[in-house]
Amino acid sequence: MQQSLERFLKALRGMDVPVSVAESIDAHRAAALVGWSDRTLLRDALAVAVAKSEDEKARYFECFDAFFAAAAGSTQEGSNGEAAAERRPGDRRLPVRGEDRAPADLVRMLLDGDRAGVAAAMAAAAGAVDLSRLRLFTQRGVFMRRILDEMGIGALEAEIRTLRELRGDEDEGAAERAERLEGARARLIEETRGLVERNIALFADPASERLREEFLERMRLASIPARDFERVRRIVRRMAKRLASRHARRRFNRKDGRLDPRRTIRSNVAHDGVPFRLAWRYTRVERPKVVAVCDVSGSVAAAAQFLLLLLYSLREVLSDLRGFAFSSHLEDVGDLLAGRPFEAAAAGIMERIGFRPTDYGRTLLDLETGHLDLIDRRTTLLVLGDARNNRGDPRTASLEKLFQRAKRVIWLNPEPRTFWGTGDSEMLRYLPYCHVARVCNTLRHLERAVDDLLAARS
Amino acid sequence: MPAASAIRERLGSAGAIAEGLESVGYISSRAIATAVHVAAHLEKPILVEGSAGVGKTELALSVGRYLGLPLVRLQCYEGLDESKALYEWKYGKQLLYTQILKDRMSDVLRDADGFDGAMARLHEFGDLFFSEEFLEPRPLLRALREEGGAVLLIDEIDKSDEEFEAFLLEVLSAHQVTIPELGTVHADMPPVTFLTSNNTRDLGDALKRRCLHLHIPLPEARLERRIVETRVPETGEALRRQLVDFVQQLRTLELRKLPSISETIDWARALVLLNAHELERELVRDTLNVLLKFEVDVERADRELPALLAHARREGGAAAAPRLA
Repeated sequence: MQQSLERFLKALRGMDVPVSVAESIDAHRAAALVGWSDRTLLRDALAVAVAKSEDEKARYFECFDAFFAAAAGSTQEGSNGEAAAERRPGDRRLPVRGEDRAPADLVRMLLDGDRAGVAAAMAAAAGAVDLSRLRLFTQRGVFMRRILDEMGIGALEAEIRTLRELRGDEDEGAAERAERLEGARARLIEETRGLVERNIALFADPASERLREEFLERMRLASIPARDFERVRRIVRRMAKRLASRHARRRFNRKDGRLDPRRTIRSNVAHDGVPFRLAWRYTRVERPKVVAVCDVSGSVAAAAQFLLLLLYSLREVLSDLRGFAFSSHLEDVGDLLAGRPFEAAAAGIMERIGFRPTDYGRTLLDLETGHLDLIDRRTTLLVLGDARNNRGDPRTASLEKLFQRAKRVIWLNPEPRTFWGTGDSEMLRYLPYCHVARVCNTLRHLERAVDDLLAARS
Repeated sequence: MPAASAIRERLGSAGAIAEGLESVGYISSRAIATAVHVAAHLEKPILVEGSAGVGKTELALSVGRYLGLPLVRLQCYEGLDESKALYEWKYGKQLLYTQILKDRMSDVLRDADGFDGAMARLHEFGDLFFSEEFLEPRPLLRALREEGGAVLLIDEIDKSDEEFEAFLLEVLSAHQVTIPELGTVHADMPPVTFLTSNNTRDLGDALKRRCLHLHIPLPEARLERRIVETRVPETGEALRRQLVDFVQQLRTLELRKLPSISETIDWARALVLLNAHELERELVRDTLNVLLKFEVDVERADRELPALLAHARREGGAAAAPRLA
């Protein structure tokens, strides 16, 4: 039982429910408390101990059902398999496999049609090869083979061969038995395949999923294949949520124990200067006010999707965000992004302003003349774009003016640093007027940049 | 106050807890009763999450009533610190005593020889100011010092700062607090602790790891009918069916704030007060603001009203009819 629980916790970790050691101890204690007989009770008790948020709960219930369904045959292992193993303790782990008693048992059980016995043997074999070590679906064949070996399929094959050879001079009984054994062998293989596949769904899928996500996080944004967009969107949303919760609701940072003498004296004037009420110092943590300007022109079209996605996700994180998009001129996209699913919003924006030749000069001018009131000493100006201006006037003076007004100017450029300033890139000329300029072409970069942005204190 | 053994008996099994809670007017789902059971035996706090009004706070209050233990409540807010939550020195009183002692000081120090002698004399008084006399216990300390145990409710922990959350860890995991001047206070009988959260921010992992986690969802129709029946027994069977069905349907609409159990109960009370035996259109329209707290939501529901009412009548009527026959 304890082993089953360990395996279940392992499956849970695979489903992205982080179960710490302390929590697994809690799980064991909770299971010991409520017992194993009532499944719903056990499910509720374990849920309290290991799944610590609403969506973890959902994943937990899914995993619980899947695990105990997959194990329905093989959790019997608890009663059947383990009991059987206890009866003949030395038997299961014999060094010489397939030559000893178990295989003879297998033949007998198959001939007798002892389904329970076969199921128990299969469960024991599955336990012996430790199916929870499954990582990738490609391992299916290997694990099937191991289970079958463990159950003693070699002896079964041998038995069938002998029966076939006997056929000439013995009675028809042998032939008939050989037929039956062959049929049983086919069924056995099918069942093993089923068992392994259910366990792949349980243990391997999440692992390969995570592998793929990690891979995507490091991949160049522009080269992410279209079929993975949905996955990327999920990653970005999760990222945004994580950032949001990390930075939410911190307005005052109290420095405990540091007296604020001026306020103390002021508030105690009424007490004749006797300090009855003490006032302590604190610093105010400012929430960043962000104006984001996003390039959606042809030259960054591939990355634009993701820059827009970032903009969209940021809206959920920062209440004080003004979003603009531009290619040949600047446009406020706050309304376009609000209250619509990302796909529709992005398509709308691209249609209205996307794919035109870029004009950074015009854009900066638009920003300076039209929206200068948005930029004050608390604002962070976030520019997402490659600074390729088609040899137009870069109007660095406009950026300089914004630079002087804003708290910070952050430029995220999807091109690698070595490309900056080559061809029609004006990046190097804009660089002096940015507090921070970064390469941003993978999801990792994106996350780091936004994290910095949010952590910025006054 | 009941003895420790009696309390342990009352927490014996999930079924017993569910029944016990029902006897004090709290209808719990199975998951809730199991959570209380496990938490009590593992001596761990429960973090209760769920949208506003599903009965998170009420759960703690009811457990207190059921176990017959005093309830200590700590309401969290931004800026809450340990002097408000744990203990505080009675600064004013200390000051006052100092003022009084000042006059007596010359008497005390009169025949002391030299500065060292005076200091030694003063040290005899030294710890007086940092003793139990001047200690103002706040909720956490009170809960720990309660002799027969207590139910501790830390309400809306998500409203407090992260620093406070970290500060809670010692209390929650070891059931003790350290006061530098006095030493460590350890609870003889660990309090049954509930933390509630509305999810305005994600809580830290360290805190979550120390707690068991219970999520209370909006109830399904049957459970909600039982809750209304217990809380507002004056409602007739037919009305109860209709109003619960109506609320259940409202929850499927896209509203800014879905009505939760407390709103259902308020509404049931309002309907009883208005002598309603059935949901009628005018009546529902007039009382809709009990259920829905945003103007846009009321307008949205108002548009759907005929369909919702028809469904509720059908459900309520169809289910009630066989009973009459």
